[in-house]
Amino acid sequence: MTGVSDNSELKDLYRELILDHARKPRNFGRLENATHVAEGINPLCGDKLSLYLLVDSEQRITEAGFEGSGCAISMASASLMTETISDLSVTDADTCYKAVTTRLATNTSDSELEPGIDLSYLKALDGVREYPSRVKCATLAWHALHAALSDSQATATTE
Amino acid sequence: MNRAQTKPAADIARCRDDFPGLHQDVNGHPLVYLDSAASAQQPAAVIDAVARYQREDHANVHRGVHTLSHRATELYEGARDKLCDFVNAASRAEIILTSGTTDAINLVAQSYCRPLLQPGDQVLISWLEHHSNIVPWQLVCEQTGAELIVAPINDRGEIELDQLQALMTERVKLLAIGHVSNALGTINPIHDIIAMAKKLGIAVLVDGAQGVPHMSVDVQALGCDFYAFSGHKMFGPTGTGVLWARETLLEKMPPYKGGGDMILEVSFDKTVFNELPYKFEAGTPNISGTIGLGAAVDYLLGVGLHSIYEHEKTLHSYMVRQLADVDGVRLIGTANEQASVQSFMLNDVHPHDLGTILDHQGVAVRTGHHCAMPVMQRFGLPGTTRASLGLYNNADDIDRLVTGLEKARQLFA
Repeated sequence: MTGVSDNSELKDLYRELILDHARKPRNFGRLENATHVAEGINPLCGDKLSLYLLVDSEQRITEAGFEGSGCAISMASASLMTETISDLSVTDADTCYKAVTTRLATNTSDSELEPGIDLSYLKALDGVREYPSRVKCATLAWHALHAALSDSQATATTE
Repeated sequence: MNRAQTKPAADIARCRDDFPGLHQDVNGHPLVYLDSAASAQQPAAVIDAVARYQREDHANVHRGVHTLSHRATELYEGARDKLCDFVNAASRAEIILTSGTTDAINLVAQSYCRPLLQPGDQVLISWLEHHSNIVPWQLVCEQTGAELIVAPINDRGEIELDQLQALMTERVKLLAIGHVSNALGTINPIHDIIAMAKKLGIAVLVDGAQGVPHMSVDVQALGCDFYAFSGHKMFGPTGTGVLWARETLLEKMPPYKGGGDMILEVSFDKTVFNELPYKFEAGTPNISGTIGLGAAVDYLLGVGLHSIYEHEKTLHSYMVRQLADVDGVRLIGTANEQASVQSFMLNDVHPHDLGTILDHQGVAVRTGHHCAMPVMQRFGLPGTTRASLGLYNNADDIDRLVTGLEKARQLFA
């Protein structure tokens, strides 16, 4: 009933990197001294997360943290995102938001990934492109990031 | 006795062949459809009845003098008669055709409750309800200053009857209760609950969306005042449904929506509303869908509601046993009386991940909060995975579900 190709496709979605970040999310927890906070809600799934950013006077994200609950894809994506944006300028982080959300929503090729910022390991999330109902899980944290950078006390939804 | 109970049973195992939608591969596997509580597949008899009407008989109802309009009206009103018999209503005037259960409940909230409720009055519901049996009452309570109160459930997912009874005071003007919980499958003892409420003169609405697909319903024997259900959960088309209500209540209730078809005479000074049931059916109705729903009633009665109930009960017991054997499965909703709906968790795998993994193996289940967020909160869960059975499911379907769960367990180990 369950062929080899079947397994490999599933493993494309649930790659080891994703499962690892879902099991042990990095930067999980509230940042008490956060300068920017946003909530991310996916009303369809019930995924919820709070994103905390510490932005210094030079508009650089010095620390990023999150807490919340959701599926493996949403938690892993949030975890990967906090690693990616730590130490980026606010402008670069927002550029990443645009690149990642565009990449996951469309079949953007690798060469179109924003030059200058290493997003290569986000390719682990590419598997969701085959699952339209799950793209929102992967982009939730990134929408929260965009909301936090646009308005320091915001709520982002995937709808 | 309800006419529905007297029909002879067909061989239920063969019914699967009647549903074209089931005979396809999904993601490289033969489809296993375990999401009938969200929306049931339709038998060819329903699909054909709708198509035949669209091809040959389509015109507006209750209007034209021409032949097609006459045919359309006969088919549409014929469906109402079938629905009237199906729930054993006293009269066809009591069958209000709606777009579904949600529409039917909103009708009662706005047309029955809104003129009636005063500040300090209460509407009583249970913790098990679907959002469609919560939000319409919240809206009308906001409009009138009345209060929505909620009877609790126990850890098996059963309403605490003594606490429900304690909440039934003279302040309660309506009890709105589900026949069967969509999230947990609990079959509420609605005979007893209705009797409790009627003793105290409380009007009762039953949300029967998950009741009619699984068991014979006799609204007169139940003794409630309103019974709402949807077509698409009972193998009919979407956008169809019924509000059954006592004629004496409907006569007193003002129209819910205004428009064509619900009037006898209109001038700018005054409008004379149409007689029942048309007073509540403004605008051109869902003619094709309702004709399809009539065909669904014929189909269900042809199979036999008792056979369906027995088949699903046996299959549900099998599903519960098989699920319980899967390492890491925790059943959510373990009521003594349960319809063929089962919610569960697999270790700490999020239901949406599980849903995707199962879909990948051709197994369709519902995942999430099932439009019953308070139930999920009661169990401290973000959502569950829910397998719900229809008359067309069999033991092989359950085995495929179990195989899928084993695979998910390995992936997330």
